[in-house]
Amino acid sequence: MLTLTCPCCGMTVEETELAPGGEAHLKRFGPGSSDAEFEGYLFARKNPRGVHFERWRHAYGCGKWFLAARCTATLEVFGTYPAQTTEPPASIVAAIKARRPDWEGLK
Amino acid sequence: MSTRLATGGRLIDRTKPLGFRFNGKRLKGFAGDTLASALLGADQMLVGRSFKYHRPRGIIASGVEEPNALVGLGTGARFEPDQRTTTTELFDGAETSSQNHWPSLETDIGVLNNWAYRFLPAGFYYKTFMFPRAAWKHVFEPIVRQSAGLGKVPTERDADRYEHAYAFCDLLVVGGGVAGLSAALEAGRAGKRVIVWEQTAHWGGRSPVDGGQIDGMAPEDWVAGVLEQLAAMPNGSLRARCMAAGLYDHGYVLGYESVGDATPGDGRPRHRLWRVRAGQIVTATGAIERPLAFAGNDVPGVMLASAVRDYVVNWAVSPGDRTVIVTNNDDAYRTALVLLDAGLVVPAVLDARETPTGELIEAVRARGVRVLAGRGVAKVKGGKRVQGVQVCAQAGEGAVLEEIGCDCVAMSGGWSPVVHLWSHCGGKLLWDEANACFRPDPSRPPTGADGAAMVRAVGAANGALRLPEALADAGGPPAVAAAEGPMAPVWVMPQGAPPALRFKAFLDYQNDVKVSDVQLAAREGYESVEHTKRYTTLGMATDQGKLSNINGLAILSDALGQAIPVTGTTTFRPPYTPISFGAIAGEARGEIFQPLRRTPMHEWHEANGAHWEPVGLWRRPYSYPRAGEGLRDAVNREISNTRNSLGMLDASTLGKIVVKGPDAGKFLDMLYTNMMSTLPVGKCRYGLMCNENGFLMDDGVVVRLSEDSWLCHTTSGGADRIHGWMEDWLQCEWWDWKVYTANLTEQFAQVAIVGPNARKLLEKLGGMDVSKEALPFMTWAEGELGGFRARIFRISFSGELSYEIAVPASEGMAFWKACLAAGEEFGAMPYGTEALHVMRAEKGFIMIGDESDGTVIPQDLGLGWAISKKKEDYLGKRAQQRSFMDNPDRWQLVGLETLDGSVLPDGVYAVAEGHNPNGQRNVQGRVTSTYFSPTLGKGIAMGLVHRGPDRMGEVLDFPADAGKVFRARIVDPVFYDKDGEKQNV
Repeated sequence: MLTLTCPCCGMTVEETELAPGGEAHLKRFGPGSSDAEFEGYLFARKNPRGVHFERWRHAYGCGKWFLAARCTATLEVFGTYPAQTTEPPASIVAAIKARRPDWEGLK
Repeated sequence: MSTRLATGGRLIDRTKPLGFRFNGKRLKGFAGDTLASALLGADQMLVGRSFKYHRPRGIIASGVEEPNALVGLGTGARFEPDQRTTTTELFDGAETSSQNHWPSLETDIGVLNNWAYRFLPAGFYYKTFMFPRAAWKHVFEPIVRQSAGLGKVPTERDADRYEHAYAFCDLLVVGGGVAGLSAALEAGRAGKRVIVWEQTAHWGGRSPVDGGQIDGMAPEDWVAGVLEQLAAMPNGSLRARCMAAGLYDHGYVLGYESVGDATPGDGRPRHRLWRVRAGQIVTATGAIERPLAFAGNDVPGVMLASAVRDYVVNWAVSPGDRTVIVTNNDDAYRTALVLLDAGLVVPAVLDARETPTGELIEAVRARGVRVLAGRGVAKVKGGKRVQGVQVCAQAGEGAVLEEIGCDCVAMSGGWSPVVHLWSHCGGKLLWDEANACFRPDPSRPPTGADGAAMVRAVGAANGALRLPEALADAGGPPAVAAAEGPMAPVWVMPQGAPPALRFKAFLDYQNDVKVSDVQLAAREGYESVEHTKRYTTLGMATDQGKLSNINGLAILSDALGQAIPVTGTTTFRPPYTPISFGAIAGEARGEIFQPLRRTPMHEWHEANGAHWEPVGLWRRPYSYPRAGEGLRDAVNREISNTRNSLGMLDASTLGKIVVKGPDAGKFLDMLYTNMMSTLPVGKCRYGLMCNENGFLMDDGVVVRLSEDSWLCHTTSGGADRIHGWMEDWLQCEWWDWKVYTANLTEQFAQVAIVGPNARKLLEKLGGMDVSKEALPFMTWAEGELGGFRARIFRISFSGELSYEIAVPASEGMAFWKACLAAGEEFGAMPYGTEALHVMRAEKGFIMIGDESDGTVIPQDLGLGWAISKKKEDYLGKRAQQRSFMDNPDRWQLVGLETLDGSVLPDGVYAVAEGHNPNGQRNVQGRVTSTYFSPTLGKGIAMGLVHRGPDRMGEVLDFPADAGKVFRARIVDPVFYDKDGEKQNV
């Protein structure tokens, strides 16, 4: 059972206090998008062994959504950051590179 | 014979005798006994029968590894099967009973299986029950069901209570032996918050029994001193009888504490489940002695060497007058010395090694004991009790050299570190050649949130099996113990044992897995240890292979011709030993199983005979049956009264979410399929919400409160989910939109006043103008009604003249009562959710969860009118443009009327011509809602039917149970007042 730090309220909390929201940094495709784009947005999810970005909500706390970068194999957490961004901030990228030099970046 | 010695016993208090019963027989023990030591002290070696062959089985161990000595404990509401006698503390009046036998422990008919053992090898079930197919159902399964199962299921509700507890620490030390205490002391002195758990009732682990010196003291004295220091530390916490059941991600550990096991009924919880977050974890979990595999190693009286000395030293119990020791290591000689010191006889030590030498061996020889080198056990003689051993050369095939009479055999195959916790969360193991065991690999530990090691194994758990090494490993003081020579890996005794011996050499005692079974599995191609485990059931018993796994692995490896580490181990999974379901449930049972949400009028409903229906965590009145009235009668009465006169519904559970801000209209246009931004202030509009897959997820009436704020009603069960859904989009996608949401569901009580007399009731309450002109259908107004601050919405879910009135929650009960009083002269009567459902179905209104199931789009339900064609985008719009969604071949909403007026069963399917590839009838629709309509005097239903709206008047077949086929005609789903004349008055 994971512990994650909510970047909004600063609490380090148990997974039971959080609600998972799946993969982070998805780009929404609406009307006007191609079938392939829409399928990718709605259904195609990464399932990497290693560095992954996820959405979490501090559901039984401050109620805010945030994003987490962690390793799916070791459950190491590289950092958490507010959800109001389309890509991981530089500090998170640096933290990941420090621990996983081979990481090729968010694709 | 086993018996209680006249003196000694460091854990028992002879001034406190305790009485207990085993299979009805009255026996005596002492305070400090375990059930096992008390049974042995009362000469009860035979305690149960094995699972498969029903062979007589005795106590073999003295701790958690015991596979045999499981009993049913307690009676009635405090009965529990499969209680391990070696870890259960004796208490006065304990009622115990043996398991797995019929008709009695002494005479068991199932032992026939034992005579047929050649025909019950590994995989017997897989092989035998394949053909003929019918034989499984009619012959094998009934027999297997009859004889399967370990122990009896309790028949009464558990009378005990259980609880969860939470703790946090810098260091959790698991294991209160000398290594664990050393690690705890070091951390405590460094100022860390330390918690130490010990699974037994006693501290010090094996050291008080095994001897040696720590820091110049007897181990017992050193342990007492350390405990005193730790107890005095404000940052230290010691907890005995607490077993670490599992180690999980990020330093999460579950502990299982026995609190009231030995004091049933004293009001304390029986078990406590500890949920701990630890910065670091030290596993000082010790090691478990391995049995040796020789023929008859399961005859009652064959025990682990360490257990024999535990019983003598700790509980002054002699397992037998004459004990033959059989070993492959020096440690077992300690047992010989303990037995000799107690005045008991050791006829011989059979040492599988060719030239055993060392301090302990010489000490035993010096006491005049025969030490037979290079010797093993060919076979143990005896049935329900050991009578002797046949000695053979370990190097040979079992030719009997001599026979030695004895009533106990103490065996030792070496020691295996307890690596379970280390392994639960990803820690890896390495093979230790010298001790022939797996131990934690320090270079591959379980890691925590920061990617660093979160667990350290110390002492015997880390493979440092001897006292001085163990203490050095744990950072403890210097210690001395008798020097030991190398052990020899011995997996089968004798090494060339022929089939007749291997057939009786047990590995897994509880599941009756023998050496021959594992070898057979290997021959049949089971090369993976995980597959062999499942094929033979090795290690699958309640002891989870604590005694059998390494021996089984070694034999499998030998059969496959590969090294043990190549074979590897099976996966260690929590819990370390079985924990009670009660502990897992904790306090969450009965009334407090989950929180209950109550509306402000809940107590009135309760006092007035409401029959409750759970709706999420809410309880809503299903109906209000009167004396002598059935539920169905009550629902019919409530409907008729509402349609003809006046009904009142507690609608407080309806979700109420305020959405406010400059961008609120734009936001709601994205959330709902229809246009909400254009809704004029003062008006109400029914809206639908879809997910991004286009499927309908919620519906409700939206109210424009003011220029920048809307009130969104949701379904009763959907309020929290929909509020979360809104927040998700606002926080993660449109975070620059200026919108604020608040879930006000519990801030308002809401009452629906429904029926032809509704307006009369409101007018009598007085205050606001509720006339047709001032407050037409689908509008709302705020004001004072009967002295209450009220918002009145003219909306209807029944098709009647209807007002839904919201008042502050704190005034809900008073308002409800005021309405009842005012409505009395007009025939006001409360109605419940079932009447609500029937009335909405009569009107053809859909219900989320009935007509929708997560695969239905609004267009399927004839709700195309509620989907904006003008909007460029809304959640679900792109999905609804996919070819499969935009397709006339979908199943669509229709009404269904049986030809004979009967009520269709819920959920039945309409069949079509032909069969599908599975040989089932093709289907063309299904029933989604079905009721008896008292208004129309017949059954009515709604359903989704292939191209349904184009097929009005067609008759469909709905096969139901017992061959009955319902025939129903496709009709308009609006059964009552199609033109809405009743609600629009």
